[in-house]
Amino acid sequence: MAGGIKMPGEEKKQQKQEFWRWTESNWKNPDLDWNDAKIVTAGIDVGSVSSQAVIVTDGRIFAYSNMRTGSDSPESARNALNYALKGTGLPEDRIDYCIGTGYGRVNVPMADRSITEIACHARGAHFLYGPEVRTVLDVGGQDCKAIHCDGKGKVTDFLMNDKCAAGTGRGMEVFADLLSVPIIEVGDRSFDIEKEPEPVSSTCVVYAKTEATGLLRSGWKVNEVLAAYCSAMAERIYSLIERIGVEERFAITGGMAKNKGVIDRLMKIMNIEPMKTEWDTQIAGAAGAALFANTLVAKGKGRK
Amino acid sequence: MKANYGYKDGSGDYFITIDTDKCNGCRECVSACPYGVMGVGPDENDPFSDDEVAFVTEQERKKIKYTCGPCKPMKNRPPLPCVAACGPGAISHSW
Amino acid sequence: MITAGIDCGAKNTKTVILRNNEIIGKGSVLTGFDQANAIEKSLEEALKDAGISPDDIEKYGGTGAGMEVVRQADTQVNEIKAMAKAAHFFFPSARTVTDVGAEMGRAAKINEEGRVEDFDINEKCAAGAGAFIEAMARALEVELEEMGPMANESDKSIPMNAQCAIFAESEVVGLIHAKTNKKDISKSIHDAMASRIVSMIRRIGVNEDIVMLGGVGLNPGFVESLRSELEVEKIFVPEDPAFGAAVGAALVAQEEG
Repeated sequence: MAGGIKMPGEEKKQQKQEFWRWTESNWKNPDLDWNDAKIVTAGIDVGSVSSQAVIVTDGRIFAYSNMRTGSDSPESARNALNYALKGTGLPEDRIDYCIGTGYGRVNVPMADRSITEIACHARGAHFLYGPEVRTVLDVGGQDCKAIHCDGKGKVTDFLMNDKCAAGTGRGMEVFADLLSVPIIEVGDRSFDIEKEPEPVSSTCVVYAKTEATGLLRSGWKVNEVLAAYCSAMAERIYSLIERIGVEERFAITGGMAKNKGVIDRLMKIMNIEPMKTEWDTQIAGAAGAALFANTLVAKGKGRK
Repeated sequence: MKANYGYKDGSGDYFITIDTDKCNGCRECVSACPYGVMGVGPDENDPFSDDEVAFVTEQERKKIKYTCGPCKPMKNRPPLPCVAACGPGAISHSW
Repeated sequence: MITAGIDCGAKNTKTVILRNNEIIGKGSVLTGFDQANAIEKSLEEALKDAGISPDDIEKYGGTGAGMEVVRQADTQVNEIKAMAKAAHFFFPSARTVTDVGAEMGRAAKINEEGRVEDFDINEKCAAGAGAFIEAMARALEVELEEMGPMANESDKSIPMNAQCAIFAESEVVGLIHAKTNKKDISKSIHDAMASRIVSMIRRIGVNEDIVMLGGVGLNPGFVESLRSELEVEKIFVPEDPAFGAAVGAALVAQEEG
């Protein structure tokens, strides 16, 4: 399998004081030539914080992009697709079928249809991690999803929490801003402590902020407060997974998969080893969408 | 598929679970719910299925704690209309 | 008999001094991170306001999130009981009382004697508490005190999708960017918040008269949204709704003392 991840930590220099920012990326599979492809499909996942486009040729990932979502969903979808296609030589009109997914899925103008992120994440994780995956956790910018799937990547049980910011990327961003810690440094810094503190006790992000301010005033160091919040977040995410239960093997997708401050603590609570992938964990939704598109076209159900 | 609609916030867990393998798409829950919480349509989480199943409507998913509140008085709880109306027993509430 | 009720709330700590069913002194300070200090300060303020010395107080009642810190308290008064007592004290015709403070919302059904028959509580989630409106005021860049009057100048409510205060902040920012009138946004915020409190009231039953206590009672926009959503003529709000629970605590101290 080709490895395309570029950890955001590689480029640590922040241009502006926007602590929640991370690095955008795109990647092209050096082993594939689109000229040889019978079916070319695209999946575009417009999330609340990030957007991805994945191009699939005959069921294999050919190229992808991972970008920040702008204020406008159609434009974010357009930018993600352009960035994925950039430098590949693949003309857009060669794409046989395109599926939109994610929070802004109904606002993807070039999509032939939309499919929920639940279905796409299960399908995407099945591809990125392999068919042994049974539980997929996706912590996105504004939601947290726990999904069970079968050996074909079909959803058997799911829950999605997008009502409450606790346990989502947004909750972590609020803390990164409050503590003036760049989001990409949160993981490392949360372990740069002498002793693991008690988790922040408030679930509600609004109240947790007040609690954290109190902790700082009473002399806690920034890294300790970060650790306490990462730990609270891990507990919170675990309580969501618990509702549907854990079936091994377990995979994590989405941006939070890159935050080891939360994930390492979560794995300690769960006492399991998560599956590993060389792919960028944020592309699962878009990859699932592109793979669904590939299946549709192969079955002759594609664009007429 | 067990579809869990709802959320967990600082105040508690609020999920309506629909077992789509049991649901027959009869729409009894849709007529039974006084607040428009239930809907029936294609299973949007199973893109290759043609069966219609019940779901919690998009606009209600984030506030069922509140919308379902009047059906769950603090005292003398009657059976929930949606659960009572469902022949195959596909609907359950977490709270 | 002179009693004092101290309500150590999430945002403010309030003290009320009662002499034979008459309020003679009040004090309110920000709770901050030192509850014990806030309790002392608000008591000092109330004593000064009443023109009496601490020795004159026969009994103390403590209530609120920090009631355990009220070391003077002879009685720790359950918040539901405190709000029921207070509602009955201000308006004997009260049958439903709702208390919305900075970090909680409560509703109770009470009888003609002010006794609680049923209640519901929302806490630990800012969506159903005053903190929601505060967070929205910051997003709108408007003073909290201006929010209510602004909302009452609008007759247009836009449905808000977000329930969570954190997500609603982004939604409000989006509405501002879309050049939505701030008055309309403010009305939508109050309507959204009121609808959550209303469903709590519906759960215990809508029985008039309806009394509102708690700091959010000072917000005319919220009271109006609550009234219109409940489809009633009037919501009864005492002059100083924020002191509601403190009055209730002082009343219980008096009864049980």
